[in-house]
Amino acid sequence: MSVPDTRQAIDAVWRIESARIIAVLVRMVRDVGLAEELAQDALVSALERWPVTGVPDNAGAWLTAVAKNRALDRLRRSQLLERKHAELGRELEVRQELAQAESAEALDAALDTTHADEIDDDLLRLVFTACHPVLSREARIALTLRLLGGLSTDEIARAFLVAEATVAQRIVRAKRTLAEARVPFEVPRQEERAARLSSVLEVLYLIFNEGYSATAGDDWMRPTLCEEALRLGRILAELAPHEPEVHGLVALMEIQASRTGARVGPGGEPILLLDQNRARWNHLLIGRGLAALERAGALGGARGPYALQAAIAACHARARVAEETDWERIAALYDALAQLAPSPIVELNRAVALSMAFGPAAGLELVDELTAERSLEHYHLLPSVRGDLLARLGPMEEASREFQRAATLTRNARERHLLLERAANCAGAAHTRSGGV
Amino acid sequence: MRFMMLMIPSGYETAAPGTMPDVKAIEAMMKYNESLQKAGVLLALDGLHPPSMGARITFSGGKAKATDGPFGDGRETLGGYWMIQVKSRAEAIEWASRCPASEKETIEVRQVQDFSDFPVELQQAAADLSELQSGKSVTP
Repeated sequence: MSVPDTRQAIDAVWRIESARIIAVLVRMVRDVGLAEELAQDALVSALERWPVTGVPDNAGAWLTAVAKNRALDRLRRSQLLERKHAELGRELEVRQELAQAESAEALDAALDTTHADEIDDDLLRLVFTACHPVLSREARIALTLRLLGGLSTDEIARAFLVAEATVAQRIVRAKRTLAEARVPFEVPRQEERAARLSSVLEVLYLIFNEGYSATAGDDWMRPTLCEEALRLGRILAELAPHEPEVHGLVALMEIQASRTGARVGPGGEPILLLDQNRARWNHLLIGRGLAALERAGALGGARGPYALQAAIAACHARARVAEETDWERIAALYDALAQLAPSPIVELNRAVALSMAFGPAAGLELVDELTAERSLEHYHLLPSVRGDLLARLGPMEEASREFQRAATLTRNARERHLLLERAANCAGAAHTRSGGV
Repeated sequence: MRFMMLMIPSGYETAAPGTMPDVKAIEAMMKYNESLQKAGVLLALDGLHPPSMGARITFSGGKAKATDGPFGDGRETLGGYWMIQVKSRAEAIEWASRCPASEKETIEVRQVQDFSDFPVELQQAAADLSELQSGKSVTP
């Protein structure tokens, strides 16, 4: 392979810098659509100039400067200039103060620090804006991946198995909605903070999960989305280091991502957690996940919903082999999670943990209650778990029927195959037990 | 994609035990490391003590033999590494290019092998081995 040509180098720079550039511009022009347009203008400039001059040393600053100049041009030509005068005036004051600093170096350093912190603040504002609750879930995801992830419309479309035009429309509408709702470019105040942060974390985890578990079709994973969500989560952890649930979510994603290499067999078949070869778990990521979990705990956030889920994942991660899993602790954590964020799915997982800690009968009781849950009616894991518990307790015929039912409910071809296999095994065992030749 | 950025400081092969980089260099490097962390791409990093504190193992005739450093053969040696997670080789190169390295330093960028990089037969063989090792119980 050769050294990347300038186009590839520019793409790489764009991926690294674009979110920050857009963030700074949004603060200047107070319009997400215009900000992205100006950033794209700067990119076009780079595509024209850099093949000749080479990629500049401070590529981010170059792009930002070009984009800001374009922004000022636009502002001069519009009524926004009146409002901006006040802000520019403030900036001039700051510069005057700094001009009185002792040495030129101190001045540069001071400007740099202020600048870097400001850009961080702007980036955090952009995160909250892209995930604003006034937008639909799909719009938040598309806008986040576009503005913060730097993904192209085509990439987003392919990752979510929708048409490119659909994604393009979603993004256009999202920008319009933000403008019409006059969503302020700010980090939400204390009262709203928890709810708004929750929206951000939900978007990131949705992106991660889309990559982590396909809902239809034969391919089980779309790893790029997992990496993207992780990257954005890590960035957010640096931007908002005092928010425990951010670290909780990052911990959860790091640990789940650690299993990527063990979840799929060479033929593409899914391998369940308890059957995975743990030597193939990425222990570097597990270490990072455990560290993030500790950060959440140190901030007093051990009982947050993401931190609890991460703690459960950490229990699995700490077990050298499946047999060493601390199921009682997992059951207790699911108990805490059920009280905090109750859902039938959490109950189902709690049932599995109970059965592993205290025997299948303990779990079956809870699972039987869940069969009445309407929201789980079409959830293949419910009959799958029930089948597993029955198989361990004895009634093989019934177990087989549950696995068959589960097989009809899953949309994943390979998972269906796995479930039908178990159904057949149970039927076979039932036949043997009944004394058939 | 994961990449390692391998730091190769010229002259480190003859550095005395306990050699440390100078304060200004450390400061600049820490800012760089911070930028990797803030960008969400840093997975791990470490510095390595010089070869004068290390050893080499050779395998001549099937026998392992250990020799203490320094090795005096003038070969370049590693000073440290970063492991990063990025979308492309070009991005890894861009990050490496931003390192505040001196004229005496070279960074080699190498992609980390993922299991899925290997051909299917090899993966299948490894899967069979792992089944043997894990002593999987067969559920009915």
